[in-house]
Amino acid sequence: MVVLFWVCAIVLVGTAIAVVGSRQPVHSVVGLIVNFSALAVLFLTLSAEFLAMMQIIIYAGAILVLFLFVIALLTVGNQPIETGEGRLAHQTVPAIAAGVAALGLIAFGVRTAWSQSAASPPADLGTVPAFGTALLTTHVFAFEATAFVLLVAIIGVVLMAGRKEIRF
Amino acid sequence: MNHLLADPWLRFILVVAIKSGVLIFIVITSFAYLMLFERKILAWFQLRLGPIWCGPWGLLQPAADAVKLVLKEDLTPRDADPLIYRFAPAIAVLTSVLAYAAIPFGTFPDGSPVAIANLNVGILYILAAGSLGVYGIALGGWSSQSKWPLLGAIRSTAQMISYELAMGLSIIGVLLLAGTTNLSGITAAQSAHHVWYILPQFVGFLIYFITATAETNRAPFDLPEAETELVAGFHTEYSSLRFGTFFVAEYINMITVSCVATLLFLGGGDGPFLATLPLLSVAWFVLKVMVFLFVLIWMRATLPRLRYDRLMAFGWKVLLPVAVLNLLVTAAIVALVKA
Repeated sequence: MVVLFWVCAIVLVGTAIAVVGSRQPVHSVVGLIVNFSALAVLFLTLSAEFLAMMQIIIYAGAILVLFLFVIALLTVGNQPIETGEGRLAHQTVPAIAAGVAALGLIAFGVRTAWSQSAASPPADLGTVPAFGTALLTTHVFAFEATAFVLLVAIIGVVLMAGRKEIRF
Repeated sequence: MNHLLADPWLRFILVVAIKSGVLIFIVITSFAYLMLFERKILAWFQLRLGPIWCGPWGLLQPAADAVKLVLKEDLTPRDADPLIYRFAPAIAVLTSVLAYAAIPFGTFPDGSPVAIANLNVGILYILAAGSLGVYGIALGGWSSQSKWPLLGAIRSTAQMISYELAMGLSIIGVLLLAGTTNLSGITAAQSAHHVWYILPQFVGFLIYFITATAETNRAPFDLPEAETELVAGFHTEYSSLRFGTFFVAEYINMITVSCVATLLFLGGGDGPFLATLPLLSVAWFVLKVMVFLFVLIWMRATLPRLRYDRLMAFGWKVLLPVAVLNLLVTAAIVALVKA
């Protein structure tokens, strides 16, 4: 398990750097696919089997396909798009500052959670019944609120993208 | 060697590696003969003979095809993205083989499934492997940097995302009836209820079979490689073994969806005489899978290709609403029966 963790960790960090660093948008997407798959393996080592499968089906399998779809449609050529005049200037310092701040926040959160976590999780942790029960009873408010936010987003997209076709 | 086998982790890894090796050999061989089977059946549908010259009854034809493909020149277009162009066929075949880790082909006499792994989330795992399958096609088409492959890849991506949704919803009906996502649990539930789920979930079965045909890019949904308009679709620029690899992936996917249909809707290895001879379940399983494969080939021989806008409209405006309705009705009935 420890070996698996370190392999996944190295793959995760490596592909994350590849996502940010590569000049070709499609290479970034490929890096992100590998990254999400490694994350799913990491979930599996934490016995979160349902979450791991959802990570692959939804994120690696559906959302990134859409990323690839849009990027392939927009940038058919091999040339990277951000080298021209339109490239944003003075991004390095704010990016590093934001990255360090986010890392600090995550480290603080993990430390807090670590000190509060139980010694051994329940045996059925992460199985489909346990996950579903928690989602639709304990956390049902957050679940429904997220669904509502997504619905608003969908309506917004339809309104903005379909505006040309609506004539009154 | 003995002290290596004493370590439980190493022994576990060794057993899984051997099982996977045997299974991959079986899958590749069945792919080769599935192709011969398809060519023979297509030929009979069209009153031809099919392959007859290589070996008796054309049985050596797959080997001849393989030798021909290997000996051809492997071309890479000048503008192609070299790394992704080389990896795309490998991704396609890798994701197609992944699913077989979780498929139970029958039951041993002691009741354990004949499979590499008996996963609690087996059906979700197969869906996950299938959802990654689109990358082989999408990346292959994009990296060729030429218009027909790109159009084929974009079509295929759009088609696969659209039909995946209805496919997932059609499967949930079965999961509600069985009460588990474990594949051998689903077949066991069908034996326990004394009914194959094709009867109570007939609508779900139809939707699954249609969407599975679309997911594997088979006729009448083979739009991504529509020869009349797109040359050969996403694999136009590929030649030699890389082209062959895409072919392998497509046929292995055909076998996968037939296996899943058998497990979910035809009771898996369920059949007569299992009490006296439990391993007969593997034979029943293979027989049912072959029926599905025959139907897939039959459809290819009979049905004309759909127009692209019709295909999308059918997926979103017919299959998806019917799948949602089927799910709601099934859920209501299951809830009522339990209450």
